[in-house]
Amino acid sequence: MSTIVVGYVPNALGDAALAAAIDEAGRRAAKLLVVNATRADRLVDPGYADAADVTRLEAVLHGAGVGFSIRHGISDGLPAEEVLDAAEESGAELIVIGVRNRTPVGKLLLGSTAQTILLSAPCNVLAVRQP
Amino acid sequence: MDNFYALLEGFSVAMQPIYLLYALGGVLVGTAVGVLPGIGPAMTVALLMPITYSLEPTAAIIVFAGIYYGGMYGGSTTSILLNTPGESASIVTALEGNRMAKAGRGAAALATAAIGSFIAGTIATVLLSFVAPYVAAFAVQIGPVEYVALMVVAFLTVGALLGASVLRGLASLGLGLFLAFMGVDLMTGQQRYTFGSPFLADGIDVVLVAVGLFALGEALYVASRLRHGPVKVIPVTGGWTSWMKKEDWKRSWKPWLRGTFIGFPIGTMPAGGADVATFLSYAAEKKLAKGTHKKQFGRGAIEGVAGPESANNAAAAGVLVPLLTLGIPTTATAAMMLVAFQRYNIQPGPLLFEVEGALVWALIASLYVGNLMLLVLNLPLVGIWVKILQIPRPYLYAGILVFAALGAFSVNFTPVDVFVLLVIGVLGFVMRRYGYPIAPLVVGMILGPIFESQLRRSLAISQGDPLALVSTPIAAGIYISLVVIFVLSFWMKKRQRLMESATLDDESPRGKEVSA
Repeated sequence: MSTIVVGYVPNALGDAALAAAIDEAGRRAAKLLVVNATRADRLVDPGYADAADVTRLEAVLHGAGVGFSIRHGISDGLPAEEVLDAAEESGAELIVIGVRNRTPVGKLLLGSTAQTILLSAPCNVLAVRQP
Repeated sequence: MDNFYALLEGFSVAMQPIYLLYALGGVLVGTAVGVLPGIGPAMTVALLMPITYSLEPTAAIIVFAGIYYGGMYGGSTTSILLNTPGESASIVTALEGNRMAKAGRGAAALATAAIGSFIAGTIATVLLSFVAPYVAAFAVQIGPVEYVALMVVAFLTVGALLGASVLRGLASLGLGLFLAFMGVDLMTGQQRYTFGSPFLADGIDVVLVAVGLFALGEALYVASRLRHGPVKVIPVTGGWTSWMKKEDWKRSWKPWLRGTFIGFPIGTMPAGGADVATFLSYAAEKKLAKGTHKKQFGRGAIEGVAGPESANNAAAAGVLVPLLTLGIPTTATAAMMLVAFQRYNIQPGPLLFEVEGALVWALIASLYVGNLMLLVLNLPLVGIWVKILQIPRPYLYAGILVFAALGAFSVNFTPVDVFVLLVIGVLGFVMRRYGYPIAPLVVGMILGPIFESQLRRSLAISQGDPLALVSTPIAAGIYISLVVIFVLSFWMKKRQRLMESATLDDESPRGKEVSA
């Protein structure tokens, strides 16, 4: 059974990416690997799912009836590296991520997770727009 | 009335557009560092000091005053929304404020904290304007013997009372005095504690010590700690105009005033500092609350935010009284402001109001202005302050370290200073790691040389008779008040511990039965 890796963040964009990934999993008869990680190098990380978010995530995935596993926790690498590692290890056939508009300055300062994944992915990447 | 005209004169300086801009810059930076845990106003003033050499004294002092007040405002935001107090004076705010935020009343908590801080800050600044000149007039009359007594009080209270442990505080104070006495003795020309090194003959610059301890030590400490998962910010909903309901105003105004009048006197005392004031105000509000409001304590009572927040701002103004009139700092930030004054060859003390009257009144006027700015800025900009917390720590601390090294180098333009900075930074890390308070060291380092010269002067006058140090009525009175302060503070610490254990018990089921 092939695998689809989803880079998840607990907001509307992340939910859109998850919905697209669930669709895609049904179409390809694949199972999902949901990745959400933080380096814990800042006091507040809005991209990191807390316990309530994970419970909600599990409920959505159970409801969708696809096979899934969740990689969630504090990592050494950047979120982009975590997603890419997960894709490589599982031999994923697709990565699903959400993308949004960023200012050039913002990208220069903080880098772009989406751009890193798009450029270094070992497989195709489905970029989901903000609904 | 003279003082009133002098204050108006001060306003005419502080209201000039360029000084308004400096004040704005100061309060913005101050709020930002107040929001970030671990980066306090003392560290910021230390870091900015080398940069402000090029500014004229009035501008630099206005910036520092803005940072000082801004730090007090910023701390409350993190306490309420994240339950991680940005600075020690906000710990009590976190008790009730965070519960309020969890119950969906975060906006009201933020508003009562900001408005309370403004009211308390303004009233306390008025008190400062009218009390300080009288204290200064009294202080002009005192001689070296009384000075020695005052400094003994400052040393012992800051050393023994600020930290959790008396011994550690005194050890830290001793270390500060040791660093202060390094270099050539001004009276005899002998080298002390220089280990024969020519680099140490000039002594160690206070800026190096402050930057090393506050910036480098803190950066190393943060880097060494285990990484914890990020915390959630509790979102604040609704426009900021609708934050305070009528009921909230009604319940807040008395705690605001009470907090002010608890905070200001405690701030003026050498043993004060804002922490004690916030605790006392909280205890008073808890005691005075009735009926359903009392039951809310521990579950998000607005009085428990309004009181302590006003108290900490009032105390911040109170701290300026001994600083400006006696030249005695009682908190780390006040110590750094004293260093800033000394950089410009201005010695805070009894003569400050006469010699540098224009500067002092401009500073006091800028406190009024800064307070108003903080009120206007803070409520609408909460979103931005919370964004600051998303800056990754490596970026933040890399910036701080670069600033620290540059600042150290710019003191004398010798690389040796950067090396000294590193050594002091490691010392700061070790102190932080093993729970030694840093404020006594800085206060000891700054007051040490003044203390020494006054002590020698009094002993020279009395021809070496140590009894002269306690024989004047004022000096004896000061030593007696020291004993009173100690007794009171130990009693208060006991109360504080009781209260803390009580609040902890409230959370366990058994504790609830006891309190019910």
